[in-house]
Amino acid sequence: MQPKPRLLTILDIVTIILFIAAVGMVFFYAPMEAVMGQVQRVFYFHVANAWVGMLGFMVAAISGVTYLLKGDHKWDIIGLAAIEISFVFFFIAIISGSIWARGSWGTWWTWDPRLTSAAIVELLYAAYFLLRQGLEEPDQRARIGAIYAILSFISVPLTFISIRIFRTIHPVIIGSGAAGAEGSFDMSTKMLQTFIFSLIVFSFVFADLLWHRIRLGRLAEMAENLRLKVLS
Amino acid sequence: MEIIPQAEQQPIRRSPFQGAGRFFHSLTAIIWKDLAAELRSRELLSSMLVFALLVILIFNFALELDAQARATVTAGVLWVTFAFAGTIGLNRSMAMEKDRGCLDGLLLAPVDRSAIYFGKAIGNLIFMLVVETIILPVYSVLYGVNLFKPGLILVILLGSIGYVAVGTLLSSMAVQTRTRDVLLPILLFPLVIPVMIAAVKASTGYLQGMELIDIRPWLNLLMVYDVIFIAIAFMVFDYIVEE
Repeated sequence: MQPKPRLLTILDIVTIILFIAAVGMVFFYAPMEAVMGQVQRVFYFHVANAWVGMLGFMVAAISGVTYLLKGDHKWDIIGLAAIEISFVFFFIAIISGSIWARGSWGTWWTWDPRLTSAAIVELLYAAYFLLRQGLEEPDQRARIGAIYAILSFISVPLTFISIRIFRTIHPVIIGSGAAGAEGSFDMSTKMLQTFIFSLIVFSFVFADLLWHRIRLGRLAEMAENLRLKVLS
Repeated sequence: MEIIPQAEQQPIRRSPFQGAGRFFHSLTAIIWKDLAAELRSRELLSSMLVFALLVILIFNFALELDAQARATVTAGVLWVTFAFAGTIGLNRSMAMEKDRGCLDGLLLAPVDRSAIYFGKAIGNLIFMLVVETIILPVYSVLYGVNLFKPGLILVILLGSIGYVAVGTLLSSMAVQTRTRDVLLPILLFPLVIPVMIAAVKASTGYLQGMELIDIRPWLNLLMVYDVIFIAIAFMVFDYIVEE
């Protein structure tokens, strides 16, 4: 096992500092939203979490394609790592969205198409873990896992499109929103800065966690190989 | 005396460009194999059909399908029924190949791998369409709704193609796992949600006599989904069955 790379230690520290700064910005720098009040502050991390979720699912799909082309197990480890992290972050996005919805729409959950599709995406990747669990042979697991990661990532935009055709009440902060959206607001400069900063910070968090998870994945692979060697 | 194995001496005729005729021939052979097996055993179609009727029966009690409710939920009931019956068919059709070692035989045969996928998919599509053509008149008679509208038939065709294209691919993945019977619906349903939404919406549109311009986006979505997933299945199927 290689010792922890120095660059990773540096990344750890930078990420922690950035994260504390982001929390500070959300609570003290960003102005209070006039209509919704404090609960609007969840927005910064809510979107950042969803962003990390999508980023990871994309990374997994790309490494899935690369695995199928190259057949190098490294890409399987990366794909699994990305989906594991993103699964958690996307879940946090759903929970934080729920908290925001309670304050803004007055309910924890509505069957609004966008919420529904977020839940579908989460279930899609839950199925990914179940699929991997059912496969014992490492090569087969990697191959089929990669294919499922690709398939699900392609279905995500289609799911979202089927929602755009639906009328949605979810506000669209970036770009033009639907006329019926509730809880929409215009961002002031400070809000926008906080928002962009949160996105960048969460990308750092993602990169840092991904690196750790890949190292863990390598260890798991080594352990599995040892186990197979002992058994045979 | 030295015996040289003849098989190795002969040049194996496996040109990458086998021609469309050859492909079509192996495709029809695989479809025919599935149909012939089904004609003899009838286990797949009969279980799909009985299951579909049971689902409709349960819906009848669960939703209290009176005239008012029917106007809005008919499309939903139909598509849930098709989806559930479809998983039974997909599961069975792939498990049959795996259990009796037929899949290995198919893979050993000198045919294009994609011919196997398309053969299985078209076979599954035929079974699903057969079930649907029986369910539709039964539903029409039971509830006194006229379901025979050309638009609805088109939607059912497009929806079934998308469902089967993804379903065949996923069932060939699920069949290799330990928990295969349980796993297929878990893998399949979140992936075919766009098909389900679009198909239900378009069917409702046709049943309620909505303008074509309102139904159009859903039809487009169905077609886009079909094309994308057939293309992807074509590309990745090789990797699934690889040993």
